[in-house]
Amino acid sequence: MAEKKTLKRFASLFLASTLIAGALAACSNEGTTKESGGSSSSESSDVIKIGANLELSGPVASYGSSIGDGAELAVEEINAAGGIDGKQVELVKVDNKSDNAEATNAAIKLATQDKVTAMIAPATSGNVIATAQIANQNKIPTVTASGTAPNVTENADGTINDYVFRTCFIDPFQGVVAANFATSELGAKNVAIYADNASDYAKGLAASFKEQIEANGGTVVAEEAYVADDTDFKSTLTRIKSANPDFVFIPGYYEEVGLIVKQARELGIEAPLMGADGWDSPTLVELAGAEALNNTFITNHYSSQDPDETIQGFVDAFEAKFSEAPNAFHALGYDTVYYLKDAIERAGSTDGEAIQKALAETKDLSLITGTFSVDEKHNPVKSATVLEYVDGNQEFNSKVNP
Amino acid sequence: MKKSKVFWGLCLLAIIFYAVVQVMISGGILDMYYQSILIQMCINIMLAVSLHIIIGITGQFSIGHAGFMAVGAYFSAIATMKLGLPFPVAILIGAIVAALAGLLVGIPSLRLKGDYLAIATLGFAEIIRIIFLNVDYVGGAAGMVITNLSNWTYAFMGVFVTILVIANFTNSRHGRGCISIREDEIAADAMGINTTYYKVVAFTIGSFFAGVAGAIYAHNFFIIQPTTFGFLKSFDILIYVVLGGLGSLSGSVIAAIFLTVVSAYLSGYPEERMIIYSLVLIIVMLYRPTGLLGTKEITSLFKFGKRGGSKV
Repeated sequence: MAEKKTLKRFASLFLASTLIAGALAACSNEGTTKESGGSSSSESSDVIKIGANLELSGPVASYGSSIGDGAELAVEEINAAGGIDGKQVELVKVDNKSDNAEATNAAIKLATQDKVTAMIAPATSGNVIATAQIANQNKIPTVTASGTAPNVTENADGTINDYVFRTCFIDPFQGVVAANFATSELGAKNVAIYADNASDYAKGLAASFKEQIEANGGTVVAEEAYVADDTDFKSTLTRIKSANPDFVFIPGYYEEVGLIVKQARELGIEAPLMGADGWDSPTLVELAGAEALNNTFITNHYSSQDPDETIQGFVDAFEAKFSEAPNAFHALGYDTVYYLKDAIERAGSTDGEAIQKALAETKDLSLITGTFSVDEKHNPVKSATVLEYVDGNQEFNSKVNP
Repeated sequence: MKKSKVFWGLCLLAIIFYAVVQVMISGGILDMYYQSILIQMCINIMLAVSLHIIIGITGQFSIGHAGFMAVGAYFSAIATMKLGLPFPVAILIGAIVAALAGLLVGIPSLRLKGDYLAIATLGFAEIIRIIFLNVDYVGGAAGMVITNLSNWTYAFMGVFVTILVIANFTNSRHGRGCISIREDEIAADAMGINTTYYKVVAFTIGSFFAGVAGAIYAHNFFIIQPTTFGFLKSFDILIYVVLGGLGSLSGSVIAAIFLTVVSAYLSGYPEERMIIYSLVLIIVMLYRPTGLLGTKEITSLFKFGKRGGSKV
């Protein structure tokens, strides 16, 4: 008897809850349609929302927050100059903790809760890939400032992520630039490569450098690897020294590179050393020491010492706001906003599909980090800057066009 | 008789909850954002509950749980992306391989105790991570790109089965064996309980469900990279279990839900986020040093209420 009663109770509870759920579903349908109607009318009125899904905490927080600062400056300038097509721009920042899952969640939040017009994607390639499908599904144009891996815009099967773009050049390009610089400017013949084995970034750079230097007629006399977090490189460097190279390419990040440069000079390797944008940090100078860094070069997105007028204008504006010299990530974040602004203006609307088309058709857009056009793989074709370290300061050396 | 009635009642309640949410999803009340939070909640619950059986029930302090999650994630991803197997099969493959990894790690290391075991498990998790980092077949450091196959149904089924198995295990003869090890290993040994066997069993079951969670995780977030499964992830899972109360299954479930919600809510406040998150943890540990529920279960609270009612 008692058993029957409880069964009945459960059955009625079940029925009641399904009924309520059904009713709620019906209500909410009305609610959402109303809401979307409301948001579309506000879109056409005064504000363009740009979401920024960035690494504001976690291991690569310095990249994400630099991009955020650069973007903030750009938004401020655009708003002061009257906005985009008369509409003010609002930057919605979300932290993804440098984590893939959080990056996906942040992208979903920006797309569905904040209903942004366009997104600035995370700084690192893995986190960008975690948001790419969300951007495609919701038709929200997404631009990453510094996701340099080729597979950010191009999938393994050769298809393109329609709504994903980037402001920076891709990894292999930097390797090519470094190789060309080594042969034409420094006359290098016998080169050594010493790459970080735990990072895909360094491996990609090493591969493209090797290919290009061999095409230029050079020989790779030594190819060695280290792993991130190593601190003693002397035994490997001795091996490199005995191969007697006239140029050493060291793609990697500044924590290890700083120590490598220092130890290489201590061992008496006097050949020019070269790296890429992963070296770009004040920490590098602290670790290696100003003297050891003489006769080293890096390829980078831009230089704050570039005599170009627009670049100096940006550097001044940035220093006035944040009282520090802008690094490459600041410049890329700044450019990303202007890249989007240009596309939104040409599209003439805040419709995702129109902006996507405009982004893909970008031609000869002149920005801080160079003038570029977008190729069919959604990569910008732009110049790279070669910098030389002189007494611990980065000096502008030359600009290399693709 | 009464116990089984409570059991079926809870099962029914769970299914009703599932149905209501499913109706709300197909009705459009819960948009993509809430679905994503719900799925993440489910994944965290699975991880918390699967670690609960190792730490809370058997008392073995393991801080390498993310390693087993990584095994589940990678092997299920290989099954779907490289071999083209259906997703449910892939979940099973991921879980079984994770369980085997747990067995492999458990047999030698569970002879250790306390801090020594903690360090050994941490080491094994790092080994697993470094292996994936250096295998180009699964993408190395760049990670593996995966299509999104999981949804609320899979996530809920995962949680349901995880809790069902672990709750029943805890209440069985084997579970009592594990609890006796937690209370006093020497006494348990003296009573004729095969302590190594029970420890390895608990460890393997825990790894199995961490593998399930990993499989669903991999197919929900588009990409998996070795860095995702570092030791910080292990600590995140450990926090759920400790915050919920060591030894309380419902406690770890509640803590996982609570912290997922807190974390999701705070993502809009990037500057203050980690400070508030840490403050929440500190405040809870100050006022509830044994965790939210201590060693009690949430169902026992209701039972207490009923008993009080009958007295009046």
